[in-house]
Amino acid sequence: MSEEILLDEKIICEEFDCVWEKPETLTENKMHYCPGCGHGVVHKILMEVIEEMNLQSETIGVAPVGCSVFAYNYMNVDMQGAAHGRAAAVATGIKRMLPNKIVFSYQGDGDLAAIGTAETIHTANRGENILVIFINNAIYGMTGGQMAPTTILGMKTSTTPFGREATSQGFPFKITDLIAQLPATHFVTRQSVHTPNAVRYCKKAIQKAIKYQKENKGYCLIEVVSNCPSGWKMTPLVSNKWMEENMFPQYPIGDLKDNGILITKKEFTK
Amino acid sequence: MSKEIFFMKGNEALAEASIRANCKGYFGYPITPQSEVLEYLSEEGVKRGMVVLQAESEVASINMVYGASGAGFRVMTSSSSPGISLMQEGISYIASAELPCLIVNINRGGPGLGTIQPSQGDYFQSTKGGGHGDYKLIVLAPSTVQEMADFVFDGFYLAEKYRNPVMILADGALGQMMEKVSFTKTLEQNLFDKSSWTTTGKQNSRERNIITSLHIQPEKMEEVNLHLQKKYKTIEENEVQYELINSENMEYLFVAYGLSARISHRTIEIANENGFKCGLLRPKTLFPFPHKILEELSPKLKKIFVVEMNAGQMLEDVKLSVEGKCKVGFYGRMGGMIPSPEEVFEKFLEFQKQI
Ligand SMILES: Cc1ncc(C[n+]2csc(CCOP(=O)(O)OP(=O)(O)O)c2C)c(N)n1
Ligand code: SF4
Ligand SMILES: [Mg+2]
Repeated sequence: MSEEILLDEKIICEEFDCVWEKPETLTENKMHYCPGCGHGVVHKILMEVIEEMNLQSETIGVAPVGCSVFAYNYMNVDMQGAAHGRAAAVATGIKRMLPNKIVFSYQGDGDLAAIGTAETIHTANRGENILVIFINNAIYGMTGGQMAPTTILGMKTSTTPFGREATSQGFPFKITDLIAQLPATHFVTRQSVHTPNAVRYCKKAIQKAIKYQKENKGYCLIEVVSNCPSGWKMTPLVSNKWMEENMFPQYPIGDLKDNGILITKKEFTK
Repeated sequence: MSKEIFFMKGNEALAEASIRANCKGYFGYPITPQSEVLEYLSEEGVKRGMVVLQAESEVASINMVYGASGAGFRVMTSSSSPGISLMQEGISYIASAELPCLIVNINRGGPGLGTIQPSQGDYFQSTKGGGHGDYKLIVLAPSTVQEMADFVFDGFYLAEKYRNPVMILADGALGQMMEKVSFTKTLEQNLFDKSSWTTTGKQNSRERNIITSLHIQPEKMEEVNLHLQKKYKTIEENEVQYELINSENMEYLFVAYGLSARISHRTIEIANENGFKCGLLRPKTLFPFPHKILEELSPKLKKIFVVEMNAGQMLEDVKLSVEGKCKVGFYGRMGGMIPSPEEVFEKFLEFQKQI
């Protein structure tokens, strides 16, 4: 009798209990990200979209220098690791030679909006038909929590121990707003991944951007306002709350541009 | 292939050769005295199917080359000294990731913004790595417009054979001067199978391909270094190229490359008319440097005279090869100045008289 029950359990587990399966596009490697960090979630939904759209064999990714430098250890697609800040130029080189492939870069705020600003802006201005995923955690996670161009005023980091102060350290750089203004950009949006609902919206944005790329619509940028519990020195839960209260007013969630048309009324979700 | 003869600028001959060598992509940024390469390819290259892109900087162009080479294509960039300095970070990554490509440096006078006049002041930054870490480029030094064209074919071939960046190091004069040239060389499109490492989209039949220079474990990083050093050793053993002129019964040997070699060629003629027995060694490859021939020749010589358009950079490699077995003299002009053959002869006379 006990044997029968065991057998039943096996059947149930095998055929009905699978609520989520790791896509082929994610490797077996354990991620090195800190608990609660947004990087892992974005990796996951990006790779889910690539699999759902059946694009594993068509996709080439570019990893940055930053906490996600090892993105290619987790993403099971062909990838190149770029020098710090140069991912957009590397992606341009790939896409120009392979115009029918799907090309994305995955970059942090230091990578994209400080050392790589020129490459970022000019790639957008040329309207390269690529997707740029931009993880804005307002800090340099990898190097131990220094100020990023996106660090908000008053925020303490290891190089702004008294809080970022505008007169000597400048203002938070809203590079996504700037990119949305460029005529060659097609879809520019700001998302987050800190709640299940936010993850769904973000995934939809990724689906849309990849679809646009397939249709040769041109440059798409998805900024993901994200946490860095370690760099911010907060627990994951507290960091998410802090992000909602302090980052979102600076970096409102929602589309900035779609189909090449600027969206003036920004939807602000909490 | 017909042996049609053209009258062309060095930069244009090089650009034309790149199209004929089946180069599929060019990424560059304007800088004198090499802008003709970008200009020529923007018209002729595009018409004949090449991907040509004017980048926002040399930093961007070398990283576009990284991406495009990683995607499996024969690609190149060109610049002049300040632009090459900017590319050094990218070149280090390219050397580490073992991406074949051609980088052209039409050397101008420095340091700093310097001058747009010809110079050989980039010997160090071209042959000694140039960026961070232990790596080498294969460096080819043309001395005629014909070689500006021919070395493009040789350069791509060597780059792909060894999966290593190759630099053509010429100077502003070679880029700008017009000479006759014919395009007799050819280079097949798919010389080597690249499928085991290029990122073209992961097929079910294989693991994903990753192009990177990051090896966080020092044991692994050392392995990569050992592999690179072994490769450079093989290159040193197999790819040295030089021209030896007038070497029979010579007592004095001039060593010079590129434009300096053309000048020195005339100087040894003057010297020989004046009763000296002078020969000329003209390295065509600066890395690998022709150490062996110098080592062999030096015990039989009275003196060696190095001529460069810099403060004495290749001079160090000559001295390393000779290892004190022969006295080595030097004459160089800097900052865009070109010495005349007579001027070099006078300096040689002074050196020849020294005990
Ligand atoms: C040329 C160069 N300068 C500096 C560094 C050191 N560095 C590595 S990652 C990094 C900052 C990364 O921050 P960000 O892009 O925001 O990524 P995060 O780690 O926050 O995801 C810096 C400065 C480097 N690798 N290369
Ligand atoms: S340091 Fe910050 S960004 Fe990096 S993995 Fe940890 S939490 Fe994520
Ligand atoms: Mg960051």
